[in-house]
Amino acid sequence: MAEIPVKLTQKDFKSDQEVRWCPGCGDYAILAALQGFMPELGIPRERIVFVSGIGCSSRFPYYMNTYGMHSIHGRAPAIATGLSVSRPDLAVWVVTGDGDALSIGGNHLIHALRRNVNLKILLFNNRIYGLTKGQYSPTSELGKITKSTPSGSTDSPFNPVSLALGAEASFVARTIDSDRKHLQSVLRAAAEHEGSALVEIYQNCNIFNDGAFDQLKDADTRDDYLIRLEHGQPLTFGHEGQWCVARTAGGFGLEVRPTEAVAATDIVTHDVTIADPSYAFALSRLPQPDLRNTPIGVFRSAARPTYDRLVTEQIDHAVTGRNATPEDELAALLRSGDTWTIN
Amino acid sequence: MTEQKESGQLTPGLRDEPGPLGGPGQSAATPLDPDGPAKRVERLDRVIIRFAGDSGDGMQLTGDRFTSETAQLGNDISTLPNFPAEIRAPAGTLPGVSSFQVHFADYDILTPGDSPNVLVAMNPAALKANVGDLPAGATVIVNTDEFTPRNLKKVGYAANPLEDGSLDAYAVHPVALASMTIGALAVHEVSKKDAERAKNMFALGLLSWMYSRPYDSTMRFLEKKFAKRPDLVTANVAAFKAGWNYGETAEAFAVRYEIAPATMPAGDYRNITGNGALALGLVAATVRSGLPMFLGAYPITPASDILHELSKHKRFGIVTMQAEDEIAAVGAAVGASYGGSLGVTTTSGPGVALKGETISLAIMLELPLVVIDVQRAGPSTGLPTKTEQADLNMALFGRHGEAPLAVIAPRSPADCFDAAIEAARIALTYRTPVMLLSDNYVANGSEPWRLPDVADLPDLRVDFATGPNEGEKFLPYLRDPQTLARPWAVPGTPGLEHRIGGLEKADRTGDISYDPANHDHMVRIRAARIAAIPVPDVEVEDPAGAARVLVLGWGSTYGPIGAACRTLRQRGLDIAQAHLRHLSPLPANLGDVLAGYERVVIPEMNLGQLAHVIRARYLVDAIPYNQVRGLPFTAAELESMLTGVVSGVLPETYREEVVNNG
Repeated sequence: MAEIPVKLTQKDFKSDQEVRWCPGCGDYAILAALQGFMPELGIPRERIVFVSGIGCSSRFPYYMNTYGMHSIHGRAPAIATGLSVSRPDLAVWVVTGDGDALSIGGNHLIHALRRNVNLKILLFNNRIYGLTKGQYSPTSELGKITKSTPSGSTDSPFNPVSLALGAEASFVARTIDSDRKHLQSVLRAAAEHEGSALVEIYQNCNIFNDGAFDQLKDADTRDDYLIRLEHGQPLTFGHEGQWCVARTAGGFGLEVRPTEAVAATDIVTHDVTIADPSYAFALSRLPQPDLRNTPIGVFRSAARPTYDRLVTEQIDHAVTGRNATPEDELAALLRSGDTWTIN
Repeated sequence: MTEQKESGQLTPGLRDEPGPLGGPGQSAATPLDPDGPAKRVERLDRVIIRFAGDSGDGMQLTGDRFTSETAQLGNDISTLPNFPAEIRAPAGTLPGVSSFQVHFADYDILTPGDSPNVLVAMNPAALKANVGDLPAGATVIVNTDEFTPRNLKKVGYAANPLEDGSLDAYAVHPVALASMTIGALAVHEVSKKDAERAKNMFALGLLSWMYSRPYDSTMRFLEKKFAKRPDLVTANVAAFKAGWNYGETAEAFAVRYEIAPATMPAGDYRNITGNGALALGLVAATVRSGLPMFLGAYPITPASDILHELSKHKRFGIVTMQAEDEIAAVGAAVGASYGGSLGVTTTSGPGVALKGETISLAIMLELPLVVIDVQRAGPSTGLPTKTEQADLNMALFGRHGEAPLAVIAPRSPADCFDAAIEAARIALTYRTPVMLLSDNYVANGSEPWRLPDVADLPDLRVDFATGPNEGEKFLPYLRDPQTLARPWAVPGTPGLEHRIGGLEKADRTGDISYDPANHDHMVRIRAARIAAIPVPDVEVEDPAGAARVLVLGWGSTYGPIGAACRTLRQRGLDIAQAHLRHLSPLPANLGDVLAGYERVVIPEMNLGQLAHVIRARYLVDAIPYNQVRGLPFTAAELESMLTGVVSGVLPETYREEVVNNG
């Protein structure tokens, strides 16, 4: 389909609905970043659809002046799959949260990713249930004290990036609500990717889990905590570049070591295109429970056939091979098998 | 051979008219051995044959082939497969018995028959599991090779029933099916195992000879089925012919039977199962609507065959997705409907339970959706290969909130074609989920189907919204005053960008609304738009017009109820029959119909679900008659029960059951 040149602005993507998140919620920043970034895509609004599940983040579609569906808890990836595969001309985005995508909807998420459906999935991770007022989520830390875990959570958390890579997601990235520039750069890369793109966005719930990611945001600590992933660049970080990522000596994975202790040639150069997800998975295992060594940016952006394309090709092939009108094909189909005539 | 008639059939004269094909004397039925001994030929008006064997004996295939040969001859047919849930239950055991019953006649029949005239038993288990259904005088053909002491002991036979006189009431034909097949194939290069496995074709050949069936289609079928194994084509064809020739030459088979073609409306026919007809009906719906179809499905017995069939028809633009679970299957269908496809999901009861929340979403979104429930015996895994009609409550009421939708039920295998089109028509016109309640009996049973002319099928074309509907504005919940349906504005349409969702919507605008009065209004209008769907009046069959008792049914009970009513009338008793296709909304004339009879009887394969609806809705003291044995009603038991009601002998036990439970 030919691109229709459109010049839209951030304002064009704001709907007439009043935004109703709590004052100070990280969702506002993500909404503004997305609305500001959307015009760059050059896609007319009518060809963009936002599908969400249930949770605070899932109110998102109401605020985007595109097509949108606020569906049911956990099912957005399944619904979006049906839409995307039957309408390859549309740009379909899924907005979800850590409870929606990883608890009730975990099954649909992993299957959308393994199929490589052409969906851009924004997973707002605040490590808490917000809409139901403060229970622990599948990304809450072990021992987390919440309304439903007064003695501390006994559940080990998911690492959403590791989970997505385990499902062989073709594009996986992580970013932070408060870093608009980084957020938009990741969204841009996700939008350009053909296939499933999972973007984990660390998002602050200032009511029930305030400050969950402060170490990654504070100017005093962030440079020592964050590993900024840039394709083709060596993985060094720290306010003086004092840390680097190197292969584990004699092991399978990656580890953080003092830069001065590692030969320059042994420092890992980031490559998002590696077909085997093992490298990206090893990167995803670096963070410590206190958030040290948290990579942000694109972990993996690999080319893999999309479900949408494979299905469409089969249909197109079959339709092209048809040598009669649908009505005549139907008449022939009804007559297939053994028939007999009664006069 | 007893010559039983499903009494009360048609006008007596019809049966004596020769069929247009002049009987089975077609070329294909010419004896393979023209020099064989001449046998007496008798003409019958109908026969019921049951093929029974181990799960691995190929009884379903044997039955299918016999049915197809019979269809070629122009007999009316009705079939009933019956098989265990296990793919291969332990060999030779009672739970492992698989059977296929075929009823064929020279007049129109309604059921697969109550009691077989002929039983083919491939082993002692098959004999033991089925002999109780045989009337005295029935023919029993047994594979003696399997009647070993070990096999007899396995099913609890203390003595060999072929020798202890326990089968004296029947005409028993002991035939060494396996060893004769192996012997017949000795000249061919086939392994002993493959030769032994061809014994079902020996049995088919024998039965085809006995009933003068044309076998061209079976030869073609074998060639196609084993195209990659020419040795197996040779083996199976040879086994079939050996069976045929055995009938021709063995003195034990002194009589050959003919059943003339039935008198049926002119046209082209094929034999079809309910699942096959549903799939074709859905294909027809996509062609006649001009919309692409999207099927989301998760494999489940007994619905999977619809997925298999539709997966073959991509040339119609049909996308089939085998989803990760039942919820994803319906979710993807809703997503596709939102995008302008005809969204369909196919499943059975447990799957409908899982889909409930998403169906409610579709009700809130007011999008078209066809949900096909091929019912099986529940609850939980229940009897997954057996039939039941116990999902009616779930279809009507099984969702959270006030969540009405349209419900329809086909009455027979061929009727599934029209029911599928009707379900699609309602879904597309009224932008609503429609539940189609088939069941295992209809799904796997088969009957002749007169092929429709494609041009005569309903026109299902729809209009998508293309522009503003109120001044400059587009209101996604502004309703069509006729249908009460909202506009279907699919993504990609410029200027109509809007948001929908599961939260309650303000009337007209579709914005989120927490207003109490608005919610009350929207709940009522969602109910009203389903209630206002025009459905045809229910028709009453009461030839003499003098009946005081009405028997009311729905879905697959049509056949046995109809057969029972015919028998009553033939015996001079008046009875009226009405059968519901639309269960939500109910036909507008139903209240008046019910009021016109002194008594209303409702037979169902559940514990009285429709009866509860009728009693609650119309304040009619309906008598429920219920059975949940995993099998369809027999015409005989319904005849007995209805005779009691018509004669004024109320079956008090049923009444008490309702008083106590309802």
